[in-house]
Amino acid sequence: MSHDSRSELYQQVILEHNKKPRNCRKLQGATHSAEGYNPLCGDHLTVYLHVNNENIIDDISFEGDGCAISQASSSMMTAALKGKPIDEAKDLFGQFHKLITGELDPDKDQHSLGKLAVFSGIWHFPARVKCASLAWHTMNGAVEHKETISTE
Amino acid sequence: MNENTFDIDSIRKDFQNLHIKVNGKPLVYLDNAATTFKPQAVIDATADHYKTGTSNIHRGVHTLSQQATEAFEQSRDKVRDFIGARKSCEIIFTKGTTEAINLVASSYGGAFLNKGDEIIISEMEHHSNIVPWQMLCASKGCVLKIAPFNDQGELIFDEFAKRLSAKTKLVAMVYVSNSLGTINPVKEVIKAANTQGAVVLIDAAQTVSHLPVNVQGLDCDFLAFSGHKLFGPNGVGVLYGKEKLLNAMPPYQSGGDMIASVTFEKTTYNVLPYKLEAGTPNVAGVIGLGAAIDYVRSVGLTQIAEYEHELLAYGTQALSSIDGLRLIGTAKNKASILAFVLENIHPHDLGTLVDEEGVAIRTGHHCTQPVMKHFGVPATSRASLAFYNTKEEIDCLVRAIHKAKDIFK
Ligand SMILES: Cc1ncc(COP(=O)(O)O)c(C=O)c1O
Repeated sequence: MSHDSRSELYQQVILEHNKKPRNCRKLQGATHSAEGYNPLCGDHLTVYLHVNNENIIDDISFEGDGCAISQASSSMMTAALKGKPIDEAKDLFGQFHKLITGELDPDKDQHSLGKLAVFSGIWHFPARVKCASLAWHTMNGAVEHKETISTE
Repeated sequence: MNENTFDIDSIRKDFQNLHIKVNGKPLVYLDNAATTFKPQAVIDATADHYKTGTSNIHRGVHTLSQQATEAFEQSRDKVRDFIGARKSCEIIFTKGTTEAINLVASSYGGAFLNKGDEIIISEMEHHSNIVPWQMLCASKGCVLKIAPFNDQGELIFDEFAKRLSAKTKLVAMVYVSNSLGTINPVKEVIKAANTQGAVVLIDAAQTVSHLPVNVQGLDCDFLAFSGHKLFGPNGVGVLYGKEKLLNAMPPYQSGGDMIASVTFEKTTYNVLPYKLEAGTPNVAGVIGLGAAIDYVRSVGLTQIAEYEHELLAYGTQALSSIDGLRLIGTAKNKASILAFVLENIHPHDLGTLVDEEGVAIRTGHHCTQPVMKHFGVPATSRASLAFYNTKEEIDCLVRAIHKAKDIFK
C-alpha cells in the first residue's frame, strides 16, 4: 500500500488512538521516567515505566501534549510494550526507528511490529518523523536513566 | 505598471513561483511571513550580476568592479529613499534582521550600556529580538523588562509606559508582529522612550512589505528588516541607524573594507557605512534588494496596504465562520497575519493535511514562544498574506480546513 498521501498517513488506527489514547496518565511508583521535548513543534511528553525484578515492563504510561501522530505513537507504544522484557522493547524501538526512516518495509522485511506498522508511510514526511519517534526516544531515555530527551 | 491601478493578474504574472503545483494541486502560498516569493525583476537583477557583472566592490579600478560598486551603492540609495532616511551612510547592509539586531546589541549595547541599565522589549517579540538582549543583559548586568499585551494581542501602552524610566537605555520593539499581526503604536513608543533618553530599535521585518515606513517620521534610532521578506534575495538585510549613533559605535566585525589604514601598530577605521560592513558583502543580494524595492514601489505601498487590508478582512471573516476555530491575534490595528487554533486538530496535523491540498501555511510557535504561552497554546497555524494573494486562495484554505476537519471528526 502506498502511504505517500496525507489522508493515508492519518489512518483510522492513528486517529482512533489520538482520540482515545491508551495508558495516558501519570504512573504512580514508576521505576523509570523521562521527559521528551520537540522544540520544533513544542510537543512535550513524559513516559513512565514500571520494570520488575525480571526486567519486564509490567506497566507503562505517558502524559503530554502533541499532534495526532505523536499522541497516537505514544499510545500505541505503551500498548505494544506492556508486559515485554526491556531487551525486547529496545529491539522494537530499533525496528520502529527503521520503519519510520524508510529502512524497513513492513511488506517485505521481517519484523515484529504488529499494529505499529501503520506508521510506515511517515518517512515520506520528514518534518513529521520526529512526531512519531519522540515517545520511543523518551522511553529509551527513561530506561537508560536520561531525564530529558530532546529531538533536536 | 501604473502607480494607481492595482492589477492583481499582472502582478501574479511577475511571480513564477506562484504558478507551480504542489502535490498535484495549484500552490496556494500563505507563508509570506516566513519568506516571500521573488518577482522576475529580482531574479534577473541577481542573475545578471552573476552572468555578466560579477566583481568585488570598493577595491578595483577595473570596469566591472566600478560597475558593481555603483550598482551596490545605488541599492543603498534606494533603501535610504524607501525608508526615508536622511543619508545613505545610515544604511548598513547585513545578512538580515537577526544580524542587524545583533549588531546593535553587540556594538551599541557593548559600548554604551552598563550595569543596572534597563532594556524594554514587548511580550510579542520574535526570538531574534529577545535573545540578543538577554545575552547583553547577562554580560553587562543590565535588566530586561517586558511590556505585556492584552488578549487581543495589543500592546498595553500604559504597562509599557510604567516600565519606562530614566534607567531605560534602550527599547526594542516589533512594528508588526509575525505571530499576531498586531501593528504596534511604535511612533508613540518612540516618543515616550526618547523623552526618557532611551534609544529605540524597531524590528520592521514584517512591516516594510505591508506598510509605508518612514524612519524620520517615526524618529526611531535604529530599524531592521530582511530582504527575503520584502520579495528580495536571501542573506541580505538592512540596519538603519541615526548617523550620530552609528558614528559613535565601535565596529561590529573587523577585517577588510572596514578600515582606513592598517599597520601592526595601529589601525584606523573607515567611515560610515563601511566601518560597520566588514568583509565582502552579499553583492548580488544587495543588488537584488534594490530591484525588489523598485518593484514594490512600482506597485505602491499605499495600494498594497489597501489591498491587503481588504484581503485580511475577508480572511478574518472566512476563518471566523469555521466551527471550533479560534483566531489568535485580533488587534484592531492589524496586518497580513491570520493565526488560529482549531478544536481537536493540532496545528501540525492541520499543516500536513492542508499541504495535501497545495496550501502552504506555517505551523508551530513562529519563533515567539512567549506569545504561545500567553494564549496557552503549544503552537498555532498561521496564514500570512502578501499583495499577490487573492480571496480565492483564502477560499482554498477554508476548504482545506474543512477537509481536515472531516478526517478528524
Ligand atoms: C518580526 C520578525 N523579526 C525578526 C525576524 C528574523 O528575520 P531573519 O530570520 O530574516 O533575520 C523575523 C523572521 O521570521 C520576524 O518575523
